[in-house]
Amino acid sequence: MGGKQDPTTANGSPKSEPTATKNTTPDLLNSFFSFKSLKLKTKQQELLLRVSILGLVYVLAFIARLFSVLRYESMIHEFDPYFNYRTTLFLTEKGFHEFWNWFDSESWYPLGRIIGGTLYPGLMVTAALIYWALRFLRFFVHIREVCVLTAPFFASNTTVVAYFFGKEIWDTGAGLVAAALIAICPGYISRSVAGSYDNEAVAIFALLLTFYLFVKAVKTGSLSWALGSAFGYFYMVSAWGGYVFIINLVPLYVLVMLITGRYSMRLYVAYNCMYILGMLLAMQIRFVGFQHVQSGEHMGAMGVFLLMQVFYFLDWVKYKLNDTKLFQTFLKITVTSAILVGGIALGVGTASGYISPWTGRFYSLLDPTYAKDHIPIIASVSEHQPTAWSSFMFDYHILLFLFPAGLYFCFKRLSDATIFIVMYGLTSLYFAGVMVRLILVATPAVCLISAIAVSATVKNLTSLLRTKQKVPQTGSTKGVGSSKSSSKVTLDQSQPFQKNGAIALLVGVFYLLSRYAIHCTWVTSEAYSSPSIVLAARGAHGNRIIFDDYREAYYWLRQNTPTDAKVMSWWDYGYQITAMGNRTVIVDNNTWNNTHIATVGRAMSSYEDEAYDIMRSLDVNYVLVVFGGVTGYSSDDINKFLWMVRIGGGVYPVIKEPDYLVNGEFRVDKGASPKMLNCLMYKLCYYRFGELVTEYGKPAGYDRARGVEIGNKDIKLEHLEEAYTTSNWIVRIYRVKPPTNRV
Amino acid sequence: MKNSSVVDLLLLLLLAITVLTTPAFSDLVLSKVERRIDVTSQIARVTKTLKVVNSGSESVSEFTLTFPKFLGNNLAYLTVSHSEGKGKAKRSLANLSVEEANPKGMPDSVSFYTVALPKPLSKGDTLTLEVVAAFTNVLQPFPEKISQRDIHLVMLQESAQYLSPYAVESQSLSVKLPHNARIESYTKLENTKVQGSEIKYGPYKNLAQYSYAPIVVHFESKAAFAVAEKLVREIEVSHWGNVQVTEHYNLVHRGAQLKGEFSRLEYQDRPNPQGVSAFRHLLARLPPRAHSIYYRDDIGNISTSQMKSDSKKTEVLIEPRFPLFGGWKTFFTIGYGLPLSDFLFASEGKRFLDISFGSPMLDLVTEKLIVQVVLPEGSKDISVTTPFAVKQSHEIKYSHLDIAGRPVVVLEKNNVVPDHNQNIQVYYKFSNINLLSEPLMLITGFFVLFITCIIYTRADFSISKSSAAYLAKLQWDEVLATVQEVQNIIQKCLAAHDKLEASLRDLSRTGDIQTCKAARKSTDSSLKDLSKELRPLLASLQSFPSASQISPKVEELVAKERELQEKLMAKHTTVVEGYEKKSSGRDIENRIASQQQKIIALRQEVEDLLEFIDEI
Repeated sequence: MGGKQDPTTANGSPKSEPTATKNTTPDLLNSFFSFKSLKLKTKQQELLLRVSILGLVYVLAFIARLFSVLRYESMIHEFDPYFNYRTTLFLTEKGFHEFWNWFDSESWYPLGRIIGGTLYPGLMVTAALIYWALRFLRFFVHIREVCVLTAPFFASNTTVVAYFFGKEIWDTGAGLVAAALIAICPGYISRSVAGSYDNEAVAIFALLLTFYLFVKAVKTGSLSWALGSAFGYFYMVSAWGGYVFIINLVPLYVLVMLITGRYSMRLYVAYNCMYILGMLLAMQIRFVGFQHVQSGEHMGAMGVFLLMQVFYFLDWVKYKLNDTKLFQTFLKITVTSAILVGGIALGVGTASGYISPWTGRFYSLLDPTYAKDHIPIIASVSEHQPTAWSSFMFDYHILLFLFPAGLYFCFKRLSDATIFIVMYGLTSLYFAGVMVRLILVATPAVCLISAIAVSATVKNLTSLLRTKQKVPQTGSTKGVGSSKSSSKVTLDQSQPFQKNGAIALLVGVFYLLSRYAIHCTWVTSEAYSSPSIVLAARGAHGNRIIFDDYREAYYWLRQNTPTDAKVMSWWDYGYQITAMGNRTVIVDNNTWNNTHIATVGRAMSSYEDEAYDIMRSLDVNYVLVVFGGVTGYSSDDINKFLWMVRIGGGVYPVIKEPDYLVNGEFRVDKGASPKMLNCLMYKLCYYRFGELVTEYGKPAGYDRARGVEIGNKDIKLEHLEEAYTTSNWIVRIYRVKPPTNRV
Repeated sequence: MKNSSVVDLLLLLLLAITVLTTPAFSDLVLSKVERRIDVTSQIARVTKTLKVVNSGSESVSEFTLTFPKFLGNNLAYLTVSHSEGKGKAKRSLANLSVEEANPKGMPDSVSFYTVALPKPLSKGDTLTLEVVAAFTNVLQPFPEKISQRDIHLVMLQESAQYLSPYAVESQSLSVKLPHNARIESYTKLENTKVQGSEIKYGPYKNLAQYSYAPIVVHFESKAAFAVAEKLVREIEVSHWGNVQVTEHYNLVHRGAQLKGEFSRLEYQDRPNPQGVSAFRHLLARLPPRAHSIYYRDDIGNISTSQMKSDSKKTEVLIEPRFPLFGGWKTFFTIGYGLPLSDFLFASEGKRFLDISFGSPMLDLVTEKLIVQVVLPEGSKDISVTTPFAVKQSHEIKYSHLDIAGRPVVVLEKNNVVPDHNQNIQVYYKFSNINLLSEPLMLITGFFVLFITCIIYTRADFSISKSSAAYLAKLQWDEVLATVQEVQNIIQKCLAAHDKLEASLRDLSRTGDIQTCKAARKSTDSSLKDLSKELRPLLASLQSFPSASQISPKVEELVAKERELQEKLMAKHTTVVEGYEKKSSGRDIENRIASQQQKIIALRQEVEDLLEFIDEI
């Protein structure tokens, strides 16, 4: 009855009010109405609100990614970004032509690398264009600053695309929520903080843009949107290898549309235009080349393209033939022959080698266990591991729960657009489960679908609240009401606690959303803003200790070794050595030549004199190893060593993994296998480490990363000598001595 | 082991002999010469006190200074001043001008410098000259390559007797070595003694012209042999209140080179890094009030530096990424801002910048120093005064928001030692109006941006003005505008209703029927006007085909509103009549209760409809 009581008291109040308040009532009313008339004056108010929210989200997306710059400095992060930075520098200094034809002799010595033909130039060209544009506008910024801020800038742009996408699949409200969610979603931030100058930084923008334009094209059937989506696809191809996802998801979507009987002229126009133009444009990227017509991964798109033509043809025949029976037989014949022809063409193509089979990376996506058995070099990368539940939770937080709810709303209001987003969400989430790094691809879809859930829920709840609020409002404006009138105003009184429930739910939603914002900020500042070049630790007194050993070592290489020196290290550090140390490396993060990497792995896992022969044959002058025994830094070369053995053993059977293990266990202490204790990597890491006391109360030579006392403390080097060791021993560089004179 | 130095010595002896045979310059005689050589740092600083007596008959206006060529080639800095008076009353006067001279017929192994005396020295007069000279590269590391454990030994060559074209009556030499330095060896001549960290030669009496007695001192040096192979200092003046100094150092350790391994273990085990033949850091003494100091290199910020500042100076301890051993190099950049008011002054309609020429690093030798003074865009009549000769040129630099570029004065000098840290003055003319150009440019830029946005949203950019889609869009815009107007009118009607209600409330309070009736009249007329306005709008709305979805709703709205209006009027009439008949309040309320209910319901419906239309 509480609900019923409200209007009456409200009705009665003006009459029994003291005069003082009565005088103010007209003013209040006037102001209320002037506000109301203001609100109703235009839709521009809403537009203004939307634009300002979007503007704030845009700024938020940018500044949320600046933690690393504030905590550390404006620097490039991780490994691959250093290569991108180096190539961008080259591009801005030498121009596009030189860049396109660049043969890099500083990496993969003695093979070299054709940079122009083996990279996705989208990122570098984008950064260079921004750089040139700024210079044209008389802002003389350093190219490093441009590179560092490229990722946040594109993340901001992504939020705008997310808004339009959300608007397209649901409504403007969902668009705004999607923009806000994606702006701070950790799954996306992890790859787009300032300094993370990697392909993904612009690729997610391109991916979402392509999808948005395609959905728009399907919705309108307009050639111009399809054209836009083809260009979006071209940008994506130029930026990241993940474009394969687009070229498989879009045909899959079209196929589902065909099967569910949603074939339309709009779909036909959109797909054909996007596929043909996109394919032709993509061929302009040298690294991709003719893969669209030659590689197995792209054949699905072509098959769907042909199927589409068959559909169109059948449609036309159906229109011409009025006889359904005749058409049925014709349908059967056409479909069988089409499938037959397609199958034969694919078979012949594959058999003759014209169409290349699926690559290992593709297989490992479909079958998570494939890489472990067949391609150790893919399996050795931590970001290629299957995703743990915790990291889903870490990266998505409440979106993980909102996602199914969003799916429910999508299915409730199925349209061409929602089918697309559902398919995008489901497939990408599968891939995110297979590989940690693909969480990134799923993030926009998860954000969009969750945004639908949030927006739809909030909208429903507020509309409930609003109808209820009307009652006291209208009541109060009625002057002569009766407090005693028994017949009460009854409006939507069917569910007594509806209003309270709605309020509670709304509060819950906002609580969840605020938790999400807090979580995102925390994750960004704690987990994703470390450049990984500079390591930071908390000291005993809570002060921050910085380990800048990597740069110390690279800079030493840059300043104090001959300019033509060749440095051998495990491939992880290749890009950084060339970019920061400016020296030639044997292998780097490009990993295009497995044999070459295996040779280095073999050298590292052989005895010193065997390794010396290998190093001599590769003209190696310096060897660089990363060692965390003093600081307790666990991702060092000893912990990666088994992968070196595996990769080396994969090519050179003389290297056998069991030789380095004791009862299947990897040890470095006294119980380690003799081969382990005397291989080059062990010697280089632990050279003169046996004399060092690392921790109070522990014997000399106590390895803090592994928590054991090392097994071989008396290490003598014959062909190498210590050239430099950084202040915390994290990087150790050895000089390869010239051969001694023969007696 | 000392083969090379022995050969040197022989050469010097030969030189001495040849020199002895050359004719004297004039009849000057040096009655007393005191020389002190300070080798506590990598720079050999020589101070000489020369007492000159003119023993000839003619007055002399020039004095010739000489150095052995191997020293003269490394001369970085030389000043000669003369002092008057004796003892405590002695005061030094202005520096004298010194020029390098190449007198003919003189041996190549001697460098000559001509000093112009303040006034010609007449017969029998005496004059005391103070000479300060700094030499670089004269301390030769020996052995040239050492391992990490070895101590760093250097060697100094000089002459125990003063090499001079004039006869010397009495002279002495003292060599000041670093504190507690180990002396490996030194040349023992007569009257040689070691006092603490000083080696004293002499006094020697009555030396002939060009006397020469080579000595070699071999000792341990712990000083940092930090040499900047190239140092570029960029001093950028901004009239917004800042002088930004950026210094790019190409640093090298010029001591004995490291041979063999570098062992981190041994390096960090040494409790006292002084014993190591490497230096870990450099001290830069910046001007007071220096701010925003940064220290970085090609690959980023270097986090190992410490700063302390007080009102007199700012000291920054610069630690390179790695310790520098002999032969090791590094490159880094430091930058800092200085308050403009401390360095920029005005004189005679011109402004001038008065700022130090050399590097703020202590004990640093700079082989090639390039100072670039970047003046604000639009500076004119630029001139530079320097206390010593430098090479000058001009350049243009482009910085943020520059159109014509900023004029840059480039000053170049080789072999610079800390003694060169004297102020230079750059004079130029600059009008304050130019200060506004950059903000104005920014403002214009944003203005243009907003204008284009406005134009873009206002203008019609569709290519085909006759296409169906375009026309439909135009029509839809019109429909929306009409609906908007309808809504406005309805709002006005509702406002009129509220006025009516208000008048009823007043009535119940005051019982003034006349005002209430007047209110009713005015409301009636305004409502009538509004309904008149509404009619053409509704008609036009129906004429649009695209409005087919909205128009029924709008019509419903109008109808509801009319109904509401009627009910309200009826209620009003009832109430007023009731008051006229003086019925009791309760009576009236009972009578209008049913009406009131309907009115509330209708009002609700109207508002719902309004909202619904709003959302389209």
